[in-house]
Amino acid sequence: MKSIILMTAARLLLVLMLVFSIFMLLRGHNEPGGGFIGGLIGATAFIVQAVAAGAAEARRVLRVSPEALAMVGLGIALASGLFAGVVFDPPFTGQWHWVGGDSYETAAFSLNTVLVFDVGVYLVVLGSVLSLALSLEEEV
Amino acid sequence: MEPVLAIVVGVLMTASVYLMLSGNMLRFLFGLILISNAANLVIFTGGRLTPGAPALIPTGADSPPGEVANALPQALVLTAIVIGFGLLAFALVLVFRAYQSLGTLEADDMRVAEPEEDRK
Amino acid sequence: MIWALSLPIFIPFVTGIAAFLMRSSDAGKWVSVGGAVASLAASIFLMAMVLAEGHVTGQLGTWVAPFGITLVADLLAAVMVLITAITGLAVAIYALGEVSERLERLGYHALYHFLLAGVCGAFLTGDLFNLYVWFEVMLIASFGLLVLGGSREQIDGGIKYVALNLVSTIMFLAGIGLIYGMTGTLNMADLSGAIAEVENQGLVTVVAMMFMVAFGVKAAMFPLFFWLPASYHTPLFSVSAVFAGLLTKVGVYALMRMFTLIFTGDVGFTHEVLLWASALTMLTGVLGAAAQTDFRKILSFHIISQIGYMTLGLAIFTPLGIMGGVFYLVHHIIVKANLFLIAGLGGRLAGGTDLNRIGGLYKSSPMLGALFIIPAFSLAGFPPLSGFWAKYLIVKASLEIEAWFIAFIALLVGLLTVFSMTKIWAEAFWKPHPDKVEPHFGRVTKPVLWASLTPIIGLAVLTIIIGLGPQPFVEFAERAAEQLLDPSAYVEAVLGASEDATGDAAEEAQ
Repeated sequence: MKSIILMTAARLLLVLMLVFSIFMLLRGHNEPGGGFIGGLIGATAFIVQAVAAGAAEARRVLRVSPEALAMVGLGIALASGLFAGVVFDPPFTGQWHWVGGDSYETAAFSLNTVLVFDVGVYLVVLGSVLSLALSLEEEV
Repeated sequence: MEPVLAIVVGVLMTASVYLMLSGNMLRFLFGLILISNAANLVIFTGGRLTPGAPALIPTGADSPPGEVANALPQALVLTAIVIGFGLLAFALVLVFRAYQSLGTLEADDMRVAEPEEDRK
Repeated sequence: MIWALSLPIFIPFVTGIAAFLMRSSDAGKWVSVGGAVASLAASIFLMAMVLAEGHVTGQLGTWVAPFGITLVADLLAAVMVLITAITGLAVAIYALGEVSERLERLGYHALYHFLLAGVCGAFLTGDLFNLYVWFEVMLIASFGLLVLGGSREQIDGGIKYVALNLVSTIMFLAGIGLIYGMTGTLNMADLSGAIAEVENQGLVTVVAMMFMVAFGVKAAMFPLFFWLPASYHTPLFSVSAVFAGLLTKVGVYALMRMFTLIFTGDVGFTHEVLLWASALTMLTGVLGAAAQTDFRKILSFHIISQIGYMTLGLAIFTPLGIMGGVFYLVHHIIVKANLFLIAGLGGRLAGGTDLNRIGGLYKSSPMLGALFIIPAFSLAGFPPLSGFWAKYLIVKASLEIEAWFIAFIALLVGLLTVFSMTKIWAEAFWKPHPDKVEPHFGRVTKPVLWASLTPIIGLAVLTIIIGLGPQPFVEFAERAAEQLLDPSAYVEAVLGASEDATGDAAEEAQ
């Protein structure tokens, strides 16, 4: 079934949902949200594409294979945990670097391994959900 | 609240056992969804229930005011839901593959790996 | 400390990711072997530390025990990690000659190493919920490996494997919920003390039985083993070798941990149930094997019967019994993985594993015959191979508690194991090939042959070493059993060591 309305809307939705998923990812730092939910929303964006124009089109838009995406995400999450070893902390100790201040109250924002971990989770969820959903979509 | 949830868990469990024993893989999947939710509810109830009292500590205090539920089981449930979601998605794909390649969803008819002995 | 504990988990993860990203080139398989070597080095290092200190503990991310995730290695955990790394390396080498390029592209090596990471994580964790997470990591990886390639047989076996294992993890999860509701902690060392203070000890026993069922499914105990013979003969030989060697043992390990550290309040009931379940496991497994005519199916049923010996050691619950159980665990992993590898090579030479359709292996490749004899006789318990000492300890322990009938069953099962092994010998090795095919080493290329023979020879040598010089191994098992039966050192290592960590955390906060 091909619907011209859905296909046109899917392109717009793809961008909107991806932006929203990244918003959810970053917001998850201190408020409800986070890598898992962001990844799910991101995956939905591509699934809409797959429903509208077929799984092949969704794979083309994604460019890389979803499995590789999940693996890279796992690698990023793992690296964020192992990074603690650089400063001789136990693995998965959060490392924080405050920009424009020296604590949560004064700093403008922070660079930290917790966010990197969340980015990894985002990619793992995005990749693994898409790999399952697309393989189902291709076979039905 | 706890007795109500206990009954809910019991009902979910009963329904899921019924579905799982029916021998159809699709029903088995539905049973699996119900039973994993029953397990999640058990953990959730295990942390005690305090309606209307969030487990938050006000600024300046070092413990929450009054009785609050233990927040840890809720975090555990969250993890369990995420893992359960992944496993269910996998099981769904597997059951679908099985339907395609074996042509049946009845567990009794799935005899490819364990063929019946020829009676000689 | 914590790094020594976490490296055996992290290395397989990193290896798996690297192997996946290089899956379309030849480098992937060498990354896999290299990672297995690194894991082995890390686990030897951990073993050395545990031998020197007794217990090695650490916390992930400076969260203090019992609140954070604890990793802890006692002698049992360390030896399991070591043996996992040895088997992991052997099978990684074997896979060089077996796994096709197509399966490599699908990510065989990544799944394989994630499986090893899950297994090591389950051995090293000191937290019940974390144990659940590692079980899931292991499960997901094993699901993937089992159906990789997607033949009809694999899907059929996979469905049964997945279904029963999912139910068992949910059982485990519900047990965790109940235990947390009763005690308010999930740290195993903390639970060891907290469980005795629970008022309603009847409820504790109920939860103990839930755990026994959950881990019983994993360990393939009677009457919960049906997924194992349904699925283990379907995937690649390297996959079934690593499953046979390691997966069920994680269940046995979890049983050993839980029923020595936490659920010791009602030994009269729980361990009695375990005792009879073990006896029936041994018996049904070996009888099931007697009815089979496929190389791998026979071996699959033998896993079940051997699992019975290990849990029997635990159920006897005397120092000698547990010692025998630990010894059996280690010996069996090596022997069983090796038998599956031999089945794989033999199957490829003779063109199948159905015993009615193959034969003549001894005439054309006597070396493989000799290599089969070593683990097969060890499995059956012939002196002087490792299995003899393992069985000797278990039988002696059951005689000591005057469980004559159980000892009789254990000996009978040994005898029936010989029957199955001679059946394989007579059918696959001795009788001429029914289709007059000459199975010889020339049927596979040189590199493939050596990739298959190296791990087989290596594991066989290990079996002989344990068999001829059992003294250090028995002494080691004795020490491990002492640690298991007296958990106070374990508890102190986890909770006492955390005081230093509190100090560090407080200093950092200032």
